[in-house]
Amino acid sequence: MSQLTINDLAQIQEQSKQAQALRHGQTGVGPQRMHLLICGGTGCQAAGSVAVNAALVAEIAKQGLAEEVAVVETGCNGFCALGPVMVSYPEGIFYVNLEEKDIPELVTSYCVNGEPVERLLYKDPGTKKRIPHMRDIPFFALQRLITLKNRSLLDAEKIDEYIGQGGYQGMAKALKEMTPEDIVAEVKKSGLRGRGGAGFPTGLKWEFCQKAAGETKFVLCNADEGDPGAFMDRSILEADPHSVVEGMVIAAKAIGSHHGYVYCRAEYPLAVHRLQLAIDQAKEYGLLGPDILGTGFSFDLQIYQGAGAFVCGEETALMRSIEGKRGMPRPRPPFPAQAGLWNKPTILNNVETWANIPQIITNGGDWYASIGTEGSKGTKVFALTGHVNNIGLVEVPMGTPLRTIIYDIGEGIPKKHRKFKAVQLGGPSGGCIPEEHLDTICDYEAIVKAGAIMGSGGMIVMDDSTCMVDMARFFMDFVQEESCGKCTPCREGTRRMLQILEKITEGKGELADIETLEELAGMIQEASLCGLGQTGPNPVLSTLRYFREEYLAHVVDKKCPARSCVALLEFKVDLDKCKMCGLCFKNCPVDAISWKKKEPAVIHLDKCIKCKTCLENCKYDAIY
Amino acid sequence: MSLAYELTQATLPDDVTPEMVAQIDDICAAHRGKPGALIPVLQKCQGVVGYLPVPVQERIAEKLGVPGHEVFGVTTFYSFFSMEPRGRHVIRVCMGTACYVRGGKEVLERLERHLNVPVDSTTEDRRFTLEQVRCLGACGVAPVVVANQDTHRKVMADKVVDLVEQYD
Repeated sequence: MSQLTINDLAQIQEQSKQAQALRHGQTGVGPQRMHLLICGGTGCQAAGSVAVNAALVAEIAKQGLAEEVAVVETGCNGFCALGPVMVSYPEGIFYVNLEEKDIPELVTSYCVNGEPVERLLYKDPGTKKRIPHMRDIPFFALQRLITLKNRSLLDAEKIDEYIGQGGYQGMAKALKEMTPEDIVAEVKKSGLRGRGGAGFPTGLKWEFCQKAAGETKFVLCNADEGDPGAFMDRSILEADPHSVVEGMVIAAKAIGSHHGYVYCRAEYPLAVHRLQLAIDQAKEYGLLGPDILGTGFSFDLQIYQGAGAFVCGEETALMRSIEGKRGMPRPRPPFPAQAGLWNKPTILNNVETWANIPQIITNGGDWYASIGTEGSKGTKVFALTGHVNNIGLVEVPMGTPLRTIIYDIGEGIPKKHRKFKAVQLGGPSGGCIPEEHLDTICDYEAIVKAGAIMGSGGMIVMDDSTCMVDMARFFMDFVQEESCGKCTPCREGTRRMLQILEKITEGKGELADIETLEELAGMIQEASLCGLGQTGPNPVLSTLRYFREEYLAHVVDKKCPARSCVALLEFKVDLDKCKMCGLCFKNCPVDAISWKKKEPAVIHLDKCIKCKTCLENCKYDAIY
Repeated sequence: MSLAYELTQATLPDDVTPEMVAQIDDICAAHRGKPGALIPVLQKCQGVVGYLPVPVQERIAEKLGVPGHEVFGVTTFYSFFSMEPRGRHVIRVCMGTACYVRGGKEVLERLERHLNVPVDSTTEDRRFTLEQVRCLGACGVAPVVVANQDTHRKVMADKVVDLVEQYD
C-alpha cells in the first residue's frame, strides 16, 4: 500500500485495534484467544529470548494452537534483570527467566489448560511470594507510562501495531489541523524540558528555530546515548521506534524543516535495525517522504551511525560528526537554532524527548502539564541499575521521591549484609546522593540542590561495598578518556585530576591533594568549552561533599573503608570475624587459600593475585 | 613513527587483497562528493578490510577527493576505527557504571591475565582482540561481555575464562 490518506490511517487503526484488543483485556474481538508477548530487547536477547521465542512458536504449532495463540516479539519490557520475560494477554500474567526447556510445559499447562506455571512466575524478593499478574508487581504497579506506554504491548517491527495503539494520530492532527505556531504553543504549554540532561524547555528551543531565518532547516534526534548506566533511549528505539519518527515529523512541521537525521550509536545494532525498519515502513505508507497524508508537507528522515565518541552527545559536536568531521564542540553562540548542521537552523532533541511529543499533541499540553511538579512536568524514565533488586527501566511522574524509586519500585538492596550507600545520577556529569537526601524528589532543580543532576536518567544504586573515591576515579577516567582535546582546561585538567585520584586510591595520597582536586575542579568547570568539561568534575565534588571522610581514610589512614581499593588491602583474615565457612577457599581461582572445617582460612600471599574473589564471597567482612 | 613519511610512502599491507581494494574503490565512488560521507565510508571500508591501516586511509582519501589528514584525523578520533589488525574474535568488556560496580573491572583484569595482553590489544596469534567499551546499554544484566556479536549477561570474573575459551 502506498500514500495513506487520513481515512486510510483511521481504517488501519480500527482494524489493528481490534486485532490487539486482547492486550487491553477485551476478549472475543480479534481472531485469537491468547497473545503471548515475549521481550526481544537487548537484555532479554542476551538471556536467550530468540531461542525461547522460536521454541514457543514451534511448540504452539506442534500442539495445534497456531490459530488461537499468537506469539509476538516486543521491544524492551523494562524488567531486564529477569529476562527473558513474557506477558500473556488477556490475563496479563508475567513470566520470568524463561528457558527453552520450560516451553512444552508452559504451552501444555498454560495455553491449553489455563494453569499458570507457578515456578516461572515473578517472585517478590521481600515476601518470597509469587505474583502472577504484571499489574500487581510493585516494579510495574508504581510506574506511570507515557514514553514507555507501548512496552510489552506491540511488535516494534510492525507499523500497523503502532497505529493500532493510536500511533501517528498526533502527527495527523499536527499536519492537518495545526499551524506551526499552534504546535510550538502546545509544546510550550506542556512544560516539557529536554530529557537529554540539560533540561532546556523544548517548546522554547523550537520557537527559536521557527523564528530563525532560512529556507533549509534540520530536525535531529540525539540517540548517541553515551552516559554509562543509562539505556532508556536504546529501549525506546527498540520497543517503540515509530514514536520517535512521529515526534520528529511534528517538529519538522513546526519549524518548516524537510530533512532530519537520527544520530545513533553504533553500539546499539538492534536499535538501529528496528529504527531503520520503522523509517522504511513509514515511507512505504507515505507517513515520511513527500506529501505526507496528502497534506502537501514533506519530510525525509535518515539514520546516521556514530563511530564511538562520547563527546558527540554534545550538540555542536554531534552536528560536526554528521558533517563527517572529528566530533569536536564549538563555542556557542551561535546556537544551533540559528546556525547548526551545515550552518542551517537546527533543532536537536534526544530520543526520550521525541517520544513524548506525539502524546502531547494528541492529548494536549495541559494534560501533560498536569503531571509533575511546578518546574518539571510530565514523567521521567530512569535506568535503575547497580546494587538494587529490581533492575530495569522505570518511568515515574516528576515529583516522585528517589526513595520510592529505589525501595518501592526497585525493592532495595539485594545483599542482606550490605547497606545502601549512595545513588549516582547523571553519569559522568552528575553526582552521588547519600541516604540522608533520599527524600529528594525527581525535579531538575531539586536534584541539582542535592548535588547531582537529572541527566539522561541513569540511576545507579551503590551499596557499602562501593568505594566513593574509586567511583570518582572511575568517572574522571571516563571524562579524561572522552575529552576531545580541543580546550586545555578539559584536556589537561581532567588528566591531572585523574592522576591525583589514582594516587589516592593507590594509597599514596597526601592531604594537599584534596585541596588541589577542589581547586582544579573549579577551574575546569569555569573554563571548559563544552558541557563535558564543565560538568566533568561533578562526581569528584559531590563525593567530596558527602564522603569526605572516605577520602581522608585513604589519604591519612591508608585504608579503604569499603575494602575496594586493592592497593590498600592486606588480604588477611580477621580471626574475630571469620566464621570458618570456607567460601573464600572454595572460590579462590588460584588456590591461594587453605582452610579446613572448623578452622579459620589462611591466605597465602605468595600465591594471591589480589583478585578480590574471596572478599566478594565472604559474607562476614572477615577479609581486610 | 613519522606519519608524514608513512602517508606518502606506504604501500598496502599483504593482507589487503586486490578484491578488497576494488571494494574500497567502489564504496568511495558511490559516496564521492556527498556531504558527510567520510564516516560511513570508513565504517564500510573497515567492514571490508577489518581495520584501517594508513595506506588504506590514503587510498580512501584519494578516491573520495579529500585531504589525507582529514581521513587520518577522523580515523583516530573515533574509537570505532582501528589502525591495527584485529583478532578473529573480538571480546568487549563493558565498563559502564552498572557493569563496573557489579564486577566488570574484575572481569577485565581476569581476561588481561588470561590472554596475557593489556586491554585494547590483540593476542599474538590473532585469536582475540580484547577491548573495553563504554556502556552497551544492557545494564539490566550487568556485568556484560560481548564476544563478536554475542552478548553474554551476568558474566562474573570466575566464569569469563571458560566463556572466551569457547571461541576458537
